[in-house]
Amino acid sequence: MSSPDLGQPTPGAPAAQVAPAASPGVALAASDFANDVGARNAREAFGNYIQRLRGGDMGALPAVGGLIVLVIVFASISGGFLSKGNFANLLTQAAPIMLLGMGLVFILLLGEIDLSAGTASGVSAAIMGLALTQGGDLNQALGTPVYVIVLLGMLAAALVAGFYRIWIAVGVIVLGALVMLTSWDQYAIPGIFVAISVGVAIGTLVGTMVAKIGIPSFVVTLALFLGWQGVLLQFLGNGSAIDVRRNDFIFNLENSNFSPAVGWAIWAVSIAAYLGLTFGRSFRRRRAGLTAEPLLVVALRGFTLAAITGVAVYVLNENRGRTVFTKIEGIPKIIPVVLVLLVFFTFILTRTAFGRHLYAVGGNAEAARRAGIDVVRIRVAAFIISGAMTAIAGIALASRLGSIPSDFGGRNTLLFAVAAAVIGGTSLFGGKGKMRDAVIGGLVIAIIPNGLGLIKDIPSSYELMITAGVLLLAASVDALSRKRTSAR
Amino acid sequence: MPDSPLLELRGVNKSFGPVHVLHDIDLKVYPGQVTALVGDNGAGKSTLVKCIAGIYPVDSGEFFFDGKPVSFSGPRDAAGLGIEIVYQDLALADNLDIVQNLFLGREIRKFGMLDEATMERKARETLASLAVRTVKSVRQSVSSLSGGQRQTVAIAKAVLWNSRVVFLDEPTAALGVAQTRQVLDLVRRLADNGLGVVLISHNMNDVKEVSDHVAALFLGRLAADVETKDVTTGQIVELITSGRSGSMGLSAAATNASM
Repeated sequence: MSSPDLGQPTPGAPAAQVAPAASPGVALAASDFANDVGARNAREAFGNYIQRLRGGDMGALPAVGGLIVLVIVFASISGGFLSKGNFANLLTQAAPIMLLGMGLVFILLLGEIDLSAGTASGVSAAIMGLALTQGGDLNQALGTPVYVIVLLGMLAAALVAGFYRIWIAVGVIVLGALVMLTSWDQYAIPGIFVAISVGVAIGTLVGTMVAKIGIPSFVVTLALFLGWQGVLLQFLGNGSAIDVRRNDFIFNLENSNFSPAVGWAIWAVSIAAYLGLTFGRSFRRRRAGLTAEPLLVVALRGFTLAAITGVAVYVLNENRGRTVFTKIEGIPKIIPVVLVLLVFFTFILTRTAFGRHLYAVGGNAEAARRAGIDVVRIRVAAFIISGAMTAIAGIALASRLGSIPSDFGGRNTLLFAVAAAVIGGTSLFGGKGKMRDAVIGGLVIAIIPNGLGLIKDIPSSYELMITAGVLLLAASVDALSRKRTSAR
Repeated sequence: MPDSPLLELRGVNKSFGPVHVLHDIDLKVYPGQVTALVGDNGAGKSTLVKCIAGIYPVDSGEFFFDGKPVSFSGPRDAAGLGIEIVYQDLALADNLDIVQNLFLGREIRKFGMLDEATMERKARETLASLAVRTVKSVRQSVSSLSGGQRQTVAIAKAVLWNSRVVFLDEPTAALGVAQTRQVLDLVRRLADNGLGVVLISHNMNDVKEVSDHVAALFLGRLAADVETKDVTTGQIVELITSGRSGSMGLSAAATNASM
């Protein structure tokens, strides 16, 4: 929120509150920050925004712009693209990519990479799938030796997490292992918890190898990318896919909707909370004499968000059934899940010391170390969060596919998620990125196969080539904006 | 000498394997005064600072802070006493803004969340008390600052915590004329505020201009600890390069032994 017009008189600027005039020297100096109250009106706020863009801080603009361009292109080529049914389809297709990408943002913020997140999601989902289909008897489903190895691995992960004093991870892993010992994991909620605890355990082990032992994350996760595929094959035994369609809860995540009334209620509560928080912050900061956005800007942004999401909810609440006999309407159940996680992790990244330290480690690990931050612990914690998100993404993907085949999470899954984060604006160099990047980028990544699939006479080879082009474009934006900021 | 020393080192020795890096170093840092620590490359300046920072354990020697014996076994010990060290390669995270950098690792929290308002206010107060005029906004990203401004932020970070002794490792090394001016003024102001300042520098102009004492290291020995007004630039250079200058400095035997 830099205010470029240094030297202009600033009537009403609460400079006096900044430094309680201890001495003439201090009061004089305080006046240098007199215009450090940010933009005072919407015009100035807009000017500052343009200034930031010019300075190379593009934020979500390239991704949103790209999204709009893609929507216009596909809508003009194919009539089916803008149909109600396809809109819901697009969101459910994007959800697993978004979830995986959200976990990866934590890794990318460190300047690390996790190539194994896709196949690791297969391992987590497979354990859940086996538990659900085999009456919770993982001992029989996996075979005793494999079962024991899995439990020992989780014990090791719990010990390591304890060593770094990451108690939440210890709790999740131990509780998950205990649930595995019972037959409760035949039910959906305990099964999901077991999957997440496996994801957390995997994240702990990967994080330790990267942060403590010091193996480059590229190598560790390249090895595990292959390794988890093997583990998944081992879990599947004779190679047949695990069918999760019979479990209603899991299957409904991606394939069922909230009723229109619930949808509107979720929308109203979210918007009210958003407006309350943003206005509240603006008022509070104003009262404290700090930089605060003009209320007009806050109101405009809130209104735009409410309008866009309102239209989306309205469209999703329309009946999109293809025949008169079927009625499909409402928000896909996975969407609120994505939004809740988005809000939660945004809070973690921007409002907690952990989030601040994560950015610091990604920006300058040595500075973080000298500031007394336990760099290894932060790195391990980031991999743990990513591991948990990996499992959640795996559950969503299993729900969408209806099964867990032997190549689950392989191929492009991971690369699409990394691409989503990067297209959204997260830097591969570390230290720069937001949670929302994975969500916006995930939409861009999902819209390409979705839109191309609706166009007749277009070879499928185009899909990958166009995705590649979009990713390269996003990476260039990142590299160029970086050059621009450092050149100043 | 106006006061008793704030920080005092007596007979500090440090070896890395067979290499004896510090020989019986005695050093005193007074409140309200700038002590220049000079010496050629390899004289042991950085090692001495790292011993005080608690990064290297010393082999023998005593440390006194406020007249009381203390020991430095880790980075937290020095910080706990109010000793801050501003390293040459500024320990700032480019991707964070000034407030975030100033409070890095010591964030103020309220209900488990970051208390941005308090941190921002305190950051402004600190910068204002140092009479820093060149920073437009405390919410500017550090990557957009000039070298002098970055050095200023690094120093502000060190004094934000009511520290009493500040070590500055070549703060003007990479700066232009105007920026050097800025930083030297800041160094002087720190001392005027009652802090004990140790300025490590290769630049004799800076040393002559801003320091009250000069402590010259020569091959791991303290060649001389004199008042700046009593020596000429030429004499300081001689102390640095040969360990003695006229009657000052090490005996011929000591310098030869070190060779």
